[in-house]
Amino acid sequence: MPIKIGQDPFFKRVESGINDRQMQKAVSSAQERFQKRRREATEELGNWEEWRKWGEAIRAHTMRYLDYYLEQLSENVSKAGGHVFFARTAAEANEYIIRVIKSKQATRVVKSKSMMTEEISLNKALEEAGCEVLETDLAEFILQADDHDPPSHIVVPSLHKDREKIREIFARLGYQGSAVPEEMTRFARNYLRKKFLSAEIGITGCNFAVAESGSVVLVTNEGNARLCTTLPKTQITVMGMERLVPTWEELDVLVTLLCRSAVGQKLTTYVTGLTGPRREGEGDGPEEFHLVILDNGRSNILGTEFQSILHCIRCAACINVCPVYRHIGGHAYGSIYPGPVGAVLTPLLAGYDEYKELPYASSLCAACTEVCPVRIPLHELLIEHRRKIAEDEKKAPPGERLAMKGFRLAATSPKLYRLASKAASIMAKPLTEEAKLKTGFGPLKPWLETRDFPAPEQETFREWFQKRRKKGENS
Amino acid sequence: MTILNRDAFLNKLAERLGRPRMREEIQKPEWDQARLVPPEDRKGCEEWVERLEKQAQLNRTTFFRIPADFLPEAVWKMIKKAGAKTVITWDDVRWNEYGLDPALNAKLEEHRIRLQQWCDEQAAESISLAEQAMIGITFSDLALAESATVMLLNGRGKGRSVSLLPHKYIAIIPRSTIVPRLTHATREIRRRIEKGELLPSCINFISGPSNSADIEMNLVVGVHGPVEVTYIVVDDR
Repeated sequence: MPIKIGQDPFFKRVESGINDRQMQKAVSSAQERFQKRRREATEELGNWEEWRKWGEAIRAHTMRYLDYYLEQLSENVSKAGGHVFFARTAAEANEYIIRVIKSKQATRVVKSKSMMTEEISLNKALEEAGCEVLETDLAEFILQADDHDPPSHIVVPSLHKDREKIREIFARLGYQGSAVPEEMTRFARNYLRKKFLSAEIGITGCNFAVAESGSVVLVTNEGNARLCTTLPKTQITVMGMERLVPTWEELDVLVTLLCRSAVGQKLTTYVTGLTGPRREGEGDGPEEFHLVILDNGRSNILGTEFQSILHCIRCAACINVCPVYRHIGGHAYGSIYPGPVGAVLTPLLAGYDEYKELPYASSLCAACTEVCPVRIPLHELLIEHRRKIAEDEKKAPPGERLAMKGFRLAATSPKLYRLASKAASIMAKPLTEEAKLKTGFGPLKPWLETRDFPAPEQETFREWFQKRRKKGENS
Repeated sequence: MTILNRDAFLNKLAERLGRPRMREEIQKPEWDQARLVPPEDRKGCEEWVERLEKQAQLNRTTFFRIPADFLPEAVWKMIKKAGAKTVITWDDVRWNEYGLDPALNAKLEEHRIRLQQWCDEQAAESISLAEQAMIGITFSDLALAESATVMLLNGRGKGRSVSLLPHKYIAIIPRSTIVPRLTHATREIRRRIEKGELLPSCINFISGPSNSADIEMNLVVGVHGPVEVTYIVVDDR
């Protein structure tokens, strides 16, 4: 599947999202659990803000010298006995991977979860080349078995499916048990274990590569990535070019930030560092190792005002706090990357023509920016997109163009910004009926046709927070 | 080994970054925040053992702490209780150093329980035995208190499959190898790199049984890896 998912236009997608009560229930309950776990894990670590700053500094440094560290990485992978292929495009990557598989005369492929391979539609390419490709992460396995249903979350791709639906999907594979998660999981374990034992090729994504040692690090809970890198004779790892750290010192920091932000764990069950193929005399692990390093549009983001989106470590914390995601769900974004990170990244990788609405799928509440473990100013990047769309591209409606000009002016001065956010609640008045917005513009329109959107508070968040803090001090 | 398309790819990155390719060595910054992590001291102290125990329970890992002399007996009891017919272990000198051979080996033989050491020369058979084995046992090379994690340096005689394919995994943790957190493990790994060593082909950090929350966010323990995990902390000999 490429970045793009589904064929419906944006408003249609939003509409089906906001009418899908089951999905909304699943998403809101997942968001609450994710948020709670993340909060507890970050408080437990202590000095979280300092850790975030450390993460940000590491990512900024790595991006500044990306060519240097990628060169070092490739040298060290090669020294450890692995092959490296730099691919500028999805087509180049897929072609290389197919070439490797064909050279082994192999057809049986097992995969662990990888957004990068989703982005380049690797599965489709492999199937067309005559391979049997099996997703082995439980959620990805469910989606694949459901006729390649697209992911709706980057950490839990099957978030939109409930247990009954999953039972139906498994029944197509011969499952006859109940909808109890344990029983269904056991079925998947047994079904996939057989496949692992006969697989010839294991394909993985890459959470981080470490330049100083040529290692690839996988951060997982289920153990399928370990199986993919233990049993098949050939391992192919596909990484986005920005997913690397200089040394194991920085790896420690980013893994710490990732695990706590993504799932609220101190470490995930498995953190696996792989350096080259198996060594002479070793009995398991791949005999051959290939690392495919992909650009696929990322280099066009380097050197622009959006460079910091390349700092993203794919934890999904921003998705887990986003009020818009909560209502419209992952599929509405029309991209394998949903939520705030998706709204920033997708238009950059796939263009404004198709994705000019995405930067507007945000209330600019900045909750995403606050939780980002590497301090990417997500909501500011969304504003930057809007500004570009409005000014450079002239694709926005005239009212929006004017508003964006005003916003840019206001946003440059904190004082003006405070004034402007006050003005927002005053200016929304004519649209308000009994403190509920009944009509709206842009993406809000179909949404408001089915529900009332609370009017902007008469009190700004800033004022509310100040009051609340004072209350807290007094009590 | 081959490196393909590198120059064109990296030249474009340098161009986007508005400068020529970086050819000299980059000194990465001394991070101010490095002070956030306690210096490595008191390896294996009571505090780390207690923290490891507490976190192991949160990770749904069974935890025991025993004097080294009791180790063979303790492992035997676990094997017996699990009703295992096949047990697979690493081919590891520590097995002898901790007296598991001969004490435990003899006991297993007596009860006709198959004890299989990982054998690289007969890898296919070893993998198949690990697949059928009820229990896999390894020593841990370093343990992290904060996350209740064991670090395994896989290599010759130390197959990746042993801690992965069996239903149950037992890690023996020498107390002196317990450090506060991941930072201390990555420092140890860096010391090896600085000495010019090639890292082991596979370093595992394992924190309990495999699990997933992919079905309605319900935590299910035991997905692709071991369903049960036990840690045995032993006082060093």
